[in-house]
Amino acid sequence: MGKQPAAIVGIGQTHHRAKREDVSMAGLCREAIDRALADANMTLDDIDAIVVGKAPDLFEGVMMPELFLAEALGAAGKPLLRVHTAGSVGGSTAIVASSLVQAGVHKRVLTVAYEKQSESNAMWALSVPLPFNMPVHAGAGGYFAPHVRSYIRRSGAPTHIGAIVAAKDRNNALKNPYAHLHNEGTTVESVLASQMLWDPIRYDETCPSSDGACALVIVDEQTAASSPNPAWIHGTVMRSEATTAAERDQVNPQAGRDAAAALWKQAGITNPLEEIDCAEIYVPFSWFEPMWIENLGFMPEGEGWKLTEAGETAIGGKLPINMSGGVLSSNPIGASGMLRFGEAALQVRGAAGEHQVEGARRALGHAYGGGSQFFAMWVVGSEKPSN
Amino acid sequence: MTVAFDYTRSTGPVIGRFLTGLRDGHVVGGRTSAGAVVVPPLEFDPVTHEPTTDFVEVSSVGTVTSWTWVPEPVKDQPFDRPFAFALVTLDGADVPFLHALDVSSPDEVTTGMRVRVRWAAERTGHINDIACFEPVAALDEVEGGAGGPDRARPQPRNEAATEQSRSGDVPAAPVTGVVTRVSLDYDYAASPEESLFYRGLNEGRIMGQRCPTCQKVYIPPRSACPADGTPTEEEVELSQTGTVTTFCIVNVPFLGQKITPPYVSAYVLLDGADIAVLHLILGVPADEVRMGMRVKAVWKPRDEWTFSLENIDHFAPTGEPDAEFDTYKQHL
Repeated sequence: MGKQPAAIVGIGQTHHRAKREDVSMAGLCREAIDRALADANMTLDDIDAIVVGKAPDLFEGVMMPELFLAEALGAAGKPLLRVHTAGSVGGSTAIVASSLVQAGVHKRVLTVAYEKQSESNAMWALSVPLPFNMPVHAGAGGYFAPHVRSYIRRSGAPTHIGAIVAAKDRNNALKNPYAHLHNEGTTVESVLASQMLWDPIRYDETCPSSDGACALVIVDEQTAASSPNPAWIHGTVMRSEATTAAERDQVNPQAGRDAAAALWKQAGITNPLEEIDCAEIYVPFSWFEPMWIENLGFMPEGEGWKLTEAGETAIGGKLPINMSGGVLSSNPIGASGMLRFGEAALQVRGAAGEHQVEGARRALGHAYGGGSQFFAMWVVGSEKPSN
Repeated sequence: MTVAFDYTRSTGPVIGRFLTGLRDGHVVGGRTSAGAVVVPPLEFDPVTHEPTTDFVEVSSVGTVTSWTWVPEPVKDQPFDRPFAFALVTLDGADVPFLHALDVSSPDEVTTGMRVRVRWAAERTGHINDIACFEPVAALDEVEGGAGGPDRARPQPRNEAATEQSRSGDVPAAPVTGVVTRVSLDYDYAASPEESLFYRGLNEGRIMGQRCPTCQKVYIPPRSACPADGTPTEEEVELSQTGTVTTFCIVNVPFLGQKITPPYVSAYVLLDGADIAVLHLILGVPADEVRMGMRVKAVWKPRDEWTFSLENIDHFAPTGEPDAEFDTYKQHL
């Protein structure tokens, strides 16, 4: 027996903000869950199992938060799983949830991912000095900036490409009422004029630190029949690799390339640039848009920036990317991957509101995490998969 | 090493209501859809899943339903002397909750005994506003007075609060957050391969090891090569010079930062190594650091050496011509 068809029939997210001091972690999760369940026309009583994800425990200082959250998540008397794969966790959590349906284990699975960054300080949590090492670490930006520099050198991309991405995503966010940043009037020039934080990454090319959650209801074929617009899962892939290894490609990681190749094969896609209508890609620093365009195989190596420069990744372009405003506009880390997955599903359901891509039928949701070492991605479509 | 942070917790409306009660000297429970009173209140009802909105003030006197003895308290426990942890069902509540019980020996604890809240001298809206529970009977014996719930009435928590309660109509704002300090102490055990590396640094040498399977030279050496899982074996003393493969200029100040920005954080590929190490570049203005720049290790004075990569103070330019891109591009 092969995989069972599975579909997303409920999507919910919080209003993402720097500090959601009005809610606890449980309350934050429930805000997203209750919206997803309402969207699916279900209650917690209809759910068979719950899969929860969030990024490192040091972010909130709560070890195994799933223990104290179990009751609030409606998991009493039901299976509850927690997933963790650093920044990609929102994506891998959704994939674990969908696997439970595709494997025929459960019919209706609720999945939720969250981060309440205001409870601590991610910059601190990601820069804890390691014994015996040189303490030059400076958060995620400090980690990724050298690799962005390598990309610029390798590809020969003009230095304003990152600013094009940032201006596009910040303007897309204006169309998304849930987005954290609503920075009116962001232009390539204003991004280039913003402070250099981790040279070559500028302030406006950097994701914010957000509190937020995202939840999805993933169901089997029979349950999906009563949904007016299910988003069908056409393929899901996860891949990992070592953080550090001799001659490891940090710009175009092997695990990402392998995952993408496997994903397109699973979804029956031979030319992703032509066959994918839009994509939500994990871009916490602007330059990762062209980097992942290449890693995902939309463009040959060294040419991803050309798609960005030509405006083809804007809404209305050949491959709109991050219509929601992306990670650059909202970054509740643990939820950020699931937001990409959920936004892809919203697009193929025709339910993305102001930031809807007209006629979107197949969309990519993508997340990465750690030192570009965990990858999670899915393709969702408006039609039931044929394979 | 110690990893510590003061976490700022948002309580949400339900736990916030409980903590506001503690600050103001009373214990608040929540009524579930099944009618049970739970202390602290549940944020969401276990049956209907709705947020708890029915709050009930319960007594500060209750009954021990179970307990355990703590003969050797550890750091950050409620007492530095032996004490009991007890499950106490307060009068008016249907389920117990856990707190410390201040008694001097396990002989003084029994299931079913009556205990009361001992309030902290200063209350802030935190579970520690209840300093502990104490036996009702013992107090009565010591003080010779009549027991009963009235005895547990809180004292004013401080002068400001007293002043406020006198003025009467200005209630303190509800509690919406708590600060929780988390502090973790770690002892790091270095592997044999790492020990070689750190002992070398203590002698002014940079030691790597070659993987017997893939022949790559690792710094620091590894107990398992990431490519094939083999422990690195053959010792290789690396050059003190190398090439900057890539870098960033850190301009961001942040909590816990050890080096004052701006500074250059660079991957340095030492001659003879197959993997770069992160280090600091000095001796050249930050905006003049280049990919391919040749650099050498500058050590701290010998009397400051420990067993750390920090024995190398920084890397500085050698003045040699830059390395060709092709010589290090596979290390990006």
